[in-house]
Amino acid sequence: MTEREIKKGIKELSPIDVYMLLPRTNCKECGEANCMAFAAKVVNREISVEQCPPILEKEHEEAYGKLREMLAPAVKEIIIGTGNHAAKVGGKLVMYRHEFTYHNPTPIAIEVTDEMPEDELLDKARKAEGFSYNYIGREVNLDMVAIRSTSNDPTTFKSAVEKVAKATELPLILCSFSPNVMEAGLVAIKDRNPLIYAATKNNWRDMAELALMYNCPLTVFAPNNLKLLKSLAKTMIEYGVEDLVLDPGTFADEGLSDTINNFTMVRRNACRKGDKLLSFPIIGTPITAWIGEEAPKDMLAWKEAYVASMLMSRYADILIMHSLDGWVQLPTVIWRFNIYTDPRKPVAVESGLRIFGEPDENSPLLLTTNYALTYFTVESDIKSAKLNCYLLVVDTEGISVESAVAGRYLTAEKTADAIKESEIEQKVKHRHLIIPGMAARLSGEIEDLSGWRVLVGPRDSSGIPKFLSEKWPPKEE
Amino acid sequence: MNEKKEEKKASIKISPKLLELVRKFQEVELEDVDIEIGDLEIWLPPAVAVPPPPEVVAPPPPKVKPTTIVEEDFIPPIEEYPGSVLEVKLGATKGEGGSRRKTFMIGGATSPAFYMFERPPPHPPVVTLDVFDMKVSLPKAIRMHVQDVMEDTAAWAKLAVDKFGAEMVTVHLVSTDPLIKDTSPADASKTIEEVLQAVDVPLIVGGCGDPKKDVAVFKKVSEVAQGERVVLSSLTLDMAEAGLLDDVAKVAKNDGHIALAFTALDLNQAKELNRRLYEFLPKDRILMDLTTAALGYGLEYSFTIHERARIAALMGDQELQHPVLSGTTNSWAAREAWLKMGPEWEPRELRGPIWETVTALVLLLAGVDLFMMMHPAAVRTMKEVVKQLMSAGKARPEKIAEWVTVKI
Repeated sequence: MTEREIKKGIKELSPIDVYMLLPRTNCKECGEANCMAFAAKVVNREISVEQCPPILEKEHEEAYGKLREMLAPAVKEIIIGTGNHAAKVGGKLVMYRHEFTYHNPTPIAIEVTDEMPEDELLDKARKAEGFSYNYIGREVNLDMVAIRSTSNDPTTFKSAVEKVAKATELPLILCSFSPNVMEAGLVAIKDRNPLIYAATKNNWRDMAELALMYNCPLTVFAPNNLKLLKSLAKTMIEYGVEDLVLDPGTFADEGLSDTINNFTMVRRNACRKGDKLLSFPIIGTPITAWIGEEAPKDMLAWKEAYVASMLMSRYADILIMHSLDGWVQLPTVIWRFNIYTDPRKPVAVESGLRIFGEPDENSPLLLTTNYALTYFTVESDIKSAKLNCYLLVVDTEGISVESAVAGRYLTAEKTADAIKESEIEQKVKHRHLIIPGMAARLSGEIEDLSGWRVLVGPRDSSGIPKFLSEKWPPKEE
Repeated sequence: MNEKKEEKKASIKISPKLLELVRKFQEVELEDVDIEIGDLEIWLPPAVAVPPPPEVVAPPPPKVKPTTIVEEDFIPPIEEYPGSVLEVKLGATKGEGGSRRKTFMIGGATSPAFYMFERPPPHPPVVTLDVFDMKVSLPKAIRMHVQDVMEDTAAWAKLAVDKFGAEMVTVHLVSTDPLIKDTSPADASKTIEEVLQAVDVPLIVGGCGDPKKDVAVFKKVSEVAQGERVVLSSLTLDMAEAGLLDDVAKVAKNDGHIALAFTALDLNQAKELNRRLYEFLPKDRILMDLTTAALGYGLEYSFTIHERARIAALMGDQELQHPVLSGTTNSWAAREAWLKMGPEWEPRELRGPIWETVTALVLLLAGVDLFMMMHPAAVRTMKEVVKQLMSAGKARPEKIAEWVTVKI
């Protein structure tokens, strides 16, 4: 690619660009109908170019090289950890979410120290691994454990690292600025491919040697000094270390402006200026909210929580956090889930009749819309209460109940049609439809058009189990 | 009884300071907060954007390992944009034809939000607090603070300004809803007059959501608040459809007010509504509300649409060059903000306000200029963070240089 194109920044890549470099034999070995279809999927990042077996053969070596270059992300993808739990970090294709999609959701590493009593240490590591929340039908988790050496003693660190490594399979980050301490930790988990944190202007040579010797990714840390950060990255690369993670420093209160700006500048240089020295994942450390402040614990956790979400919105590819409290992590993991969704994907689920548990002819019929968030919320409430019921999902073009009623996407006509199409009338003996509280105003019309009696249910689906226990079966009138 | 134990445990953990803000909120019920996800339109780029050239970072094995740091220069990546966001003045002083002692200029951005290295925003974002013209069902977290004033709108507004740090006040005239109390436009404007006398900050006047009634109310309010540069929240395409938009826009212009143009997560609609308003209103009298969905309930759509709108404005799309408002209060529509969820997710007293805080801060970074908020702790954090973001150059590297070994 030419210098001119680098300056131009983002360029449009079309399937043709990829197609021209493929073997173009339409062999179908990739499972696609032809090379053009394959190329379209490659461009959409739905499939990797390596899934074309012929391109990997010797004769296509040059074309394959060009394709890899053409498709390489703006931010290098780094692997931390091994096996099932290995985390891909970075690999970002774009600066703004709407330009394509953000890849590789920001792993959240929970911090422990080598001076924690053994039971606390293991407890926190296990809790980090066990953290789980069911959000619209998907499980969200925490991802890594970061072990800090506050003792600065190699033996103490080694012992803590060994214990944590035994207690959890999560990828690990080893945190110490002392090369001796770091090496003690690396020796303990040679085969776990941890992230080394960190090389600084003082210890970079030894840390580079360790990264090479143990073949691990390496963080470079230069708080609020992007010139130094870049120089260190350059030095590491010349030293032969290829997988870097950048830490421009996280200042959680005074200096928050510089933090956000440093992260933004690093990412813009990578995405827009083709700056190869800054084209690495960025690590944010909301844990620094806990440093140097005399404040009550919950105030610090509060700060850590909102700084984490701010940094994720501004390009952090990994986070190290101190608090494991549910109220701190819940907004963090949900926001992460949200911004890493594909902005091109529809937010609607399929409409039609859903069956939960083992309903019979007397079981209730509930109604909701096909907006994904609405649907999954209702579904999870029904499932967790183990209800036996039918749920009629009306096609509101992916719009939530209240808006759909206001915008006439959910109407009595649509409801009556949906009832008919679902053939629910052959499944139940009763004729009682439970509609969301937010759709109350449609009651009369639905009754007129469908011939079903309407019961107005709760405004929030968390009230469904209680509603059914009180109001179902309906009283004879 | 189990729950009581947890509450107790929780209150031991919470600091007095924060607890003061959130204390006693054991239950949050929220029935009046709307989450509006309208047509979600997803833009498919004609082709895929790819980053600049794939840099293969690994050089050939070095012949000589460096012995000193290889110095590199860092140049801040400054860009130029053909467009900028308009400045809109909220409220008017006596000299300007109103009676406000405080007024705010918002907007004016010439770079994405808080790109201090490029061009700092000329005006910090502003926070307005919600008050209602009747006793409404509120999250308990809020209710605790406003209990005594819920039937006195003017006193409520005063409390918001004096005690909770409201820079502006939004008066929601919910009682005008034909399905609620159907309060007359004359009575509604009397409420606004009282609030104008009780506080000296700029006002936002919120309708009930019924296009016809809102137009009638706004016309009357506009008259009694003549010259005050209040924000009418909101003018919509529904009003246009009902043939009522021209009417209310004209009145707003003549009386010197600001129109808040509301659309549901759809930039094409936002542009269309603005075009209609241009026929009657000067451009610097229009704000946009692009819809705020709660964290966990579509916030990413709000985030992305705000980023897109701001970049489009900077790139020269004149129909999107208006400051934007977020109804951040919608964050309480997320059940995670108020639902009892089991001990590992407690205390709710913190989970609720952090939900509003995160919703606000994420949108702050996407470029929102004016925030409608509710919870005192969230408001306080918001104002603090804005102050921090506005002051670049305060980082002290030594503060975090040794964070790895610091005992927490």
